[in-house]
Amino acid sequence: MPVLEAVLAGSEEMEVSFGPQHPATHGVLRLVLKVDGERIVDAKPIIGYLHRGTEKLFERETYPQCIPHTDRMDYTAAATNNQGFVGAVEKLMGITIPPRAAYIRMILAELQRIASHIIWLATHALDIGAVTPFFYTFEEREKILDLFEEYCGARLTLNTMRIGGVPWDLPEGWTDRCRKFVEELPRKIEDWERLLTNNRIWKARTVGVGVIDAEKAIAWGLTGPPLRGSGVQWDIRKVFPYDRYDEVEFDIPVGTHGDTYDRYLVRMEEMRQSVRIIRQCLDKLPDGPVMAWVPKVIRPPKGEVYFSVEGPKGELGYYIVSDGGVTPYRVRVRPPCFVNLQALPELVKGHLVADVVAVIGTLDIVLGEIDR
Amino acid sequence: MSEQSKVPEQAAAKMPWEEKPVPPQPEEARDHPQVQELEQAVPGAVLEAVRFAGQVTVVVELSRLLAVLGKLKELGYKFLVDLTAVDWQDRPEGRFDVVYWLHRHADAARLRVKVRVADGVEVRSVVHLWPTANWMEREVFDMFGIYFAGHPNLERILTWEGFAGHPLRKDFPVEGVDTGAAVYPDIYPPGGGPVKPKGGA
Repeated sequence: MPVLEAVLAGSEEMEVSFGPQHPATHGVLRLVLKVDGERIVDAKPIIGYLHRGTEKLFERETYPQCIPHTDRMDYTAAATNNQGFVGAVEKLMGITIPPRAAYIRMILAELQRIASHIIWLATHALDIGAVTPFFYTFEEREKILDLFEEYCGARLTLNTMRIGGVPWDLPEGWTDRCRKFVEELPRKIEDWERLLTNNRIWKARTVGVGVIDAEKAIAWGLTGPPLRGSGVQWDIRKVFPYDRYDEVEFDIPVGTHGDTYDRYLVRMEEMRQSVRIIRQCLDKLPDGPVMAWVPKVIRPPKGEVYFSVEGPKGELGYYIVSDGGVTPYRVRVRPPCFVNLQALPELVKGHLVADVVAVIGTLDIVLGEIDR
Repeated sequence: MSEQSKVPEQAAAKMPWEEKPVPPQPEEARDHPQVQELEQAVPGAVLEAVRFAGQVTVVVELSRLLAVLGKLKELGYKFLVDLTAVDWQDRPEGRFDVVYWLHRHADAARLRVKVRVADGVEVRSVVHLWPTANWMEREVFDMFGIYFAGHPNLERILTWEGFAGHPLRKDFPVEGVDTGAAVYPDIYPPGGGPVKPKGGA
């Protein structure tokens, strides 16, 4: 019912369209909110505005040609997307990658996780009204992008992994610059936390907003920080270690209340854990080749595998069905954002319209991945 | 002397990444504990069981799908990781595979349940078991045209309402189809493709 008619008719509930062109929806997400005054009665996400048919495109590209397409799904975390896809093909072909390649992948993936969390923190805080963190955090993200640029020439769509390893060795002096960055970062994270963690306005806007308990979170299929915020110790890097994650030490931070504030604390701690992993990787970085022996033409055997990595947003899985040809028969991407977004109506019911913005931010969605 | 120097070279074992990769082989998995457990809970439900690359796949009958999945949830598979479909265009046993990928937290076990569906045959929805299946089933419906009976709101999700066809079917062209939405059909040819130069030639 149009808004004016609803008001004239004296109806309590009305429908408001939120997005798709709205700065706080992080892309082209549309929400149809059923509101009673300022209270949300129901919310219905409408997606698909960015659908590019990536899964269909995979079916006509050869396996190596698919890798750049993965960059363009979650465009804030290209390295982890690459990691998932090449890992799935390697599993399908039985390739073991050299340890140096695995360590380089881990460094890139953890840098990417920090960069992705920085975008989340900056935009989430910006949406809620804290403008300052944006300027401080993006300075650090810039340094990560510079490191990426130096390594592979790209800043956003990295295309930085190959089936069987990584395409290049690290440039000279890269490890020193990377180490310098990770040594400085924890102090910066402290600075950011000083702006927010005990900030009264920040707490008023996040504590108790968008609460979901552990059992419901599992039923809704949440993964990544939204699941850990509800107190479930769950991380693909620990449960099904890939690359060499079983050789480094790190903790899985978990929350207790499952609200927006806890998810914020979880992600802040995850950045510190990523720093810890990168430090260990730089210390242990073995010598040797960065590419395994792979055939000139990638032609995996007939079969199907599912391989998942812990992306910054949650469990990013690739289900590849091969018919023995040079192109995949079917590639299904299990997008963490798609599944996490589904729980949004559950999280916002009963809250105020202004809290919707906080909940969208806390789910850390990227529409490029949701719509594929 | 020269022979002696050759010996250690040959003896040095090659690292696994220097050798030709050995692809995984499918194995029969009827006696795998995960399959046994299911077989005991729902006798005779498993048509086929295969283990490939360390992942167990069971194929079940369409009529017993809900019984099997319900039992699996009781057995601890509380997390539906993924739900998708695969189109095997001309397969006689049924065109589509609907694939459920389940996870159990207690022992980090994962199980793939497959069901073969002919074109136009309905599959029972599992939204009441796992709410997360809601959007996944909508996506499968949108992309493959498989109907899920009992789904609360089976609408298209990634394409728009009124879109003709199901894009991930193998007979759907990659270039797309004419949706009648072309604004300037004389410049931008319907269904995509290179832009025609203006003014002929």
